This record gives sequence, structure tokens and C-alpha cells, in this order.
Amino acid sequence: MLEIRNLTASVGGVQVLNGINLSIQPGTVHAIMGPNGSGKSTLSNVLAGHPQYTVNSGEALLDGVDLLSMPPEERARAGIFLCFQHPVEIPGVRMDHFMRAGYNAIHKSRGLDEADPIQFDRMLKETSKIVEIDPTLLKRSVNDGFSGGEKKRNEILQMAMLAPKLSILDEPDSGLDVDSLRIVAEGINQLRSPDKAVVLITHYQRILHYVVPDVVNVLINGRIVKSGGEELAAEIEANGYEGLDQALHPSS
Amino acid sequence: MAQQTLNQQEKYVEAWNASVAGDAAGVPDAIRAIRESAIARFSEIGFPTARRGNEEWKYTDVSSIANATYASLVPSPTNRVATKTLDQHIMGGSVWNRLVFVDGHWLPELSWLPSLPAEVTAMSLANAMASKPHLVADDLAQHALFQDSGFTALNTAFLRDGALITIPEGIEVDEPIHLIFLSSGQEQGSVSHPRTLVTLAANAKATVIESYGGLVNGPYLTNAVSEFVLGPGAHLDTFHLQQHGHQAYHVGSTQVKLANDSSFSAGAFDFGGRISRNTLNVKLEGAGSTCNLYGLYMTNDSQHVDNQVFVDHAAPHTTSKQVYKGVLDGHSRGVFHGSITVRQNAQKTNALQMDKNLLLSDHAEADTKPALWIYADDVKCGHGATCGKLDDTALFYLRSRGLDEFSARRMLIHAFANEVLDNVGLTPLRVHLEQFVSSSLRFEGESS
Repeated sequence: MLEIRNLTASVGGVQVLNGINLSIQPGTVHAIMGPNGSGKSTLSNVLAGHPQYTVNSGEALLDGVDLLSMPPEERARAGIFLCFQHPVEIPGVRMDHFMRAGYNAIHKSRGLDEADPIQFDRMLKETSKIVEIDPTLLKRSVNDGFSGGEKKRNEILQMAMLAPKLSILDEPDSGLDVDSLRIVAEGINQLRSPDKAVVLITHYQRILHYVVPDVVNVLINGRIVKSGGEELAAEIEANGYEGLDQALHPSS
Repeated sequence: MAQQTLNQQEKYVEAWNASVAGDAAGVPDAIRAIRESAIARFSEIGFPTARRGNEEWKYTDVSSIANATYASLVPSPTNRVATKTLDQHIMGGSVWNRLVFVDGHWLPELSWLPSLPAEVTAMSLANAMASKPHLVADDLAQHALFQDSGFTALNTAFLRDGALITIPEGIEVDEPIHLIFLSSGQEQGSVSHPRTLVTLAANAKATVIESYGGLVNGPYLTNAVSEFVLGPGAHLDTFHLQQHGHQAYHVGSTQVKLANDSSFSAGAFDFGGRISRNTLNVKLEGAGSTCNLYGLYMTNDSQHVDNQVFVDHAAPHTTSKQVYKGVLDGHSRGVFHGSITVRQNAQKTNALQMDKNLLLSDHAEADTKPALWIYADDVKCGHGATCGKLDDTALFYLRSRGLDEFSARRMLIHAFANEVLDNVGLTPLRVHLEQFVSSSLRFEGESS
């Protein structure tokens, strides 16, 4: 579904991704783990098309189509969804209005029916149960005054509404208490399906107890240095990233 | 000896001599005397075109207004108003009360008052001066002082007609009274001086909307003056909509006087005009009086909008709030000067002032100048100003959910404007303003 080849990218003039290679099959969950500053967020932002990040070389193909030349909205319409590590607060824009605008833009681009406010409201109410969000929250401004847990659950709600092919979740577990973590993880699990894939970026093994990955990839210094099964996460939890770092420098 | 050509200032005086001077019928002596002193004052001070030591007009150069040659300084009355032109301003369907004026003259055939309580007067000032002079005796031209303002002096000198609204004690007017002032712009430009007087006696309540526009998209000058006088416990909501064409000049001055426990609100919405300058002067004269002043200006191309707001806390326990916002595109410029005076006896004053600007282009400019004069010691005063661009991260967030860039920008601009629009509780007006906000937005690749 997603093929990343030799991808290098910079932010603020500093190269952060130093040649990423990754192949993701439909129906799989890929965890990407790595220490602070290893390039995890950069990878997710580059794939979603954040204008502050510059791609220097390499390619990323979604079902064979070049992703990197598309503006962010076209990537969303092609089926990419980024669950933000820090969801943006936008005072004055109502959550449900914004979500309907995105939903309809994506549906229109695929030749699907657009939803009127009443239909959309009904769907939203139904879907919000997955992440146990109070629907009255969705009449408020986007993420404005939401708690950390509400923001994260709200991201999963948007993901559920937009039904993307490939979801990139940038630390959906950061700052969550146990209850919210469980709700977010269950939300992700409910959206797993044979034709969809998930990239789950995380710092800790904790969420991987709930969302069991098919592949664990270790990202260090902008390169994927090791991939393996779910047992790799436990190994990292026990020993840290120290030993894995040497994979970068096999001669030393 | 060659014949001396008159400068523009002298032309106004000459036009006054040829028209207003001899127009005595139906005008109270007191008003005639005021008009005479006003033209005398105008011929002394003229327009505020000096660039040195002219602090009040520092950011707005009115020489193009002062030096413009208008075909008609005293436009002849016309009632030829295309329905389409009027429709752009009509709100509230068949329910709102409406008085329509062209070049300051009342047009009875386009006006109607379907929902006005019998005790309330809403009529032409010319008719009131002729038939009900007692209604204008106390307040007309008593509050908008012209000693220091050439524009107000000129308006007062040419005072012949306009709008009069008088609401007696305890009467509440449920439906808005909408005043529509259109400039004819006839014969390659004209000058008009709309005038409004609204008085509310004790515990009266009303909503008054002033709309300004033109019959043509040409170079004309609208020089308006309004006086609002509130008795004890009265409540008045006002709205000021300026939607001239991009070649027009607009100068407006509003003087407000508040008695004890009265409350006043003013929403200023500026979308049109080449140069537009509004002065809003609110005097909180009675203890416990409050005012809520807010505005939204949206400009493009080389438009220039200047809002001058003066709030004078002259009594204890008074409250004022000013929140103005600007959305500036193209090479346009937005000026905001907010002044708060708290006099020595005005203890327990609460005053807030805020001006926020959104710059959509690298060539747009916002100038904000706050001034606080505080002579009392037990007061709460705050002010702030911001100027920024659309938030890139918010734009990316919206686009990552499938919205195209245009829609995302539009959504963020609406959100910025909503803080001001949320003050507008009247649904037809809110809808009208939202449409204006939408239609004034255009982005690269779009033509006007």
C-alpha cells in the first residue's frame, strides 16, 4: 500500500530523515519506535504534506501514486490521515462544521455522496460512541479548551469519520491516562481492516499492549535501523535504544 | 487682473451661500444660527489636511478628499433609486422599520414603518424642524461639536434634512429601525451630509442600524454626523454599515451621551470606500452607564479604513469595552486609534480596549495607536493590540482533513471575524454581514 524509498527530508534547514525505506502492506499495523529527535514526527508530517518540511530526495508511493507531489488536501483525499501529536486549537471554527467540510471534500473528490448537516450530525453522534466523546463537545470550537485526552480521542473520531486507507498516528498515547489510552487504543483496533493500514508512532511500548502491531520498526537518526515482530518492542522496553544504535554503525 | 480661482474650501462656502443661506423656511432660528456659525468655523479651519502637528489625522491623509473636484456640492434631490441598488441594503423583510435617504434627503416613497409603536417618532429631520420643532430643540447639533472638526462643521453647516428618532420614556421598540443613506454620486461626483439624531428617554429601548452606500460606483463624498442621546436606564443598540464602492470617500462622526445606568452598543462594519474614517465619541456621563463598542473592517486593493474611538468615563461605576478587528489584504491599510479617558471622579471604572489585525498580504498595513488617560486611582483598564498572519499550522490541520487551501483560509478568516460578529444577535443582520465577509474574500488567482 505504501512504499517509501530512500526518503530524506529537512526541517528548518536541518536534515532529519536520512534515507527511510519502508514497505507497508494492507491490513497491517506498523509501529515506529525511536528515541526523541530520531525523526518520528518528521516522517509523519512529511507523509501528510506539512509545508514546513522539505523533501530532499526519495519517494513515497501510495498504491503506486506519488504522494510527495500532492498538496496536503489531495493526500487526504487519496486516503492518508494524520493523527496529530499536538492537535491544533482553532477558536471560532466549530468542530462539527469543520469535520463535515472535510468529509464532504473527500467524498466529493471520490464521487461519493456528500452529507447534509442532519445526516452528518447523525453519523457523527453514532461514531463518537467509539471514542466515548460527549457529542456536545463537537458543537464547540476545534480542540478549543479540550483536555489532552479529549483532543486525542477527537483525532481518532476524525479518523473514524474519514475512513482513510492509511492512518498515521503520531504518538496517540502521549499524555494519556490509563482510561483514555484504553479508549484510544480500542478506537484504533475497531478501525483495523484487511484493506487498511496503520502506522503507529510511539515512544513507549505501553500502547502496543492494546494495539498489537504486525511489524515494529526502530527509527534512529532518521533511518530505520531494525524491523521485527512485536517482541522487538519488549526488547526496547527492557534494554532501551542503546544497542540498536550500533546497527547504524556496523563497523564500530 | 486675472480672476482668482476659488480653492476647494472656498467653493464649499460659496455653495453654502448659494443654497443653505437662503433656505430659511421651516428651519428654527436656533438651527439657522448654528448653521451660520458652522460655516464660519469651516471657512476658518477647513479640512484637516496639514501633515505637521496633525496627530489626530497622522495616519489618514485627507488631501485627496479635500482637493477632489466634485461636480455637485449641493446635489439636487433625486428619487431615482433602482430597486436593485436598494435591495443590497434591505434587511428584515417586511418587519423592520426603514427610512431611506438619498444625499441626506428623506425619500418617503421608499420608507415604511410597519412595526413602530405609536408613541415613537421616526421621521425626516426637515419635516420635524418644520412641524415639530420641540423634538429637535434640545439635542440637534448640541452634542456633535464642530469647533475642532472641519468635517463636522461642514455637515452642520449643510444641515437641512436627515433622520430623527425620538423614543419616549419607558417605550421599548422591538423591531429595528433601519436608516439607509445612499449617495447619488450624480454628475461625476457629489457631496452629501447625512445627519441623524436619536434620543431615548428614561428606560426606553431600541435598535438602530445605519447603512451607508451609493447609487453608483463613483467618486463621491459622504460626510455623516450622528448624535445618540440616552436618558437614565435607556438601552440602545446601534450598527454602522459602510458598504460604499471602492472609489467613494466616507467620513463619519458619531457622538454618544449616556445618562446613569443606560447602556449602549455600537457595531461598526467597514467593507467599502477608498478612504473611510469613522470617529466614535462616547461620553459615559451618568454613573453606572456602560458601552460595548466593536468593529470589523475588511479591506483590499488600496483601501484605507480609519476608526477613531474615544471613550470618556466621566462618572463612577462605568464600563466600556472596545474590540475592533481588521482583515487587510492587497495594499490596504487599517488604522485604529482607541482612547480611554477616566476622570478623577470616575472611580470603579472598568475599561477594556483591543485591536486585532489579520494581514493577508505582505503589502497590507495596520496602524494601532492606543491612548489611556487615567486620573482616577480605583479603576481597571486593559488594552492590547495584535497583528499577524493566518496560522500555518492551523491551515495545515484543516487541509490535512481534505479542505482545499481556499476553503481552509476562508474558514480561518471567518473564525477571526466571528469574535466580532458574535455580538450581532439580529439574525437578518448577521446573515447580511456573513455574506459580506464571504464576498470580500478573494485569493490569488481570483479576480474581483
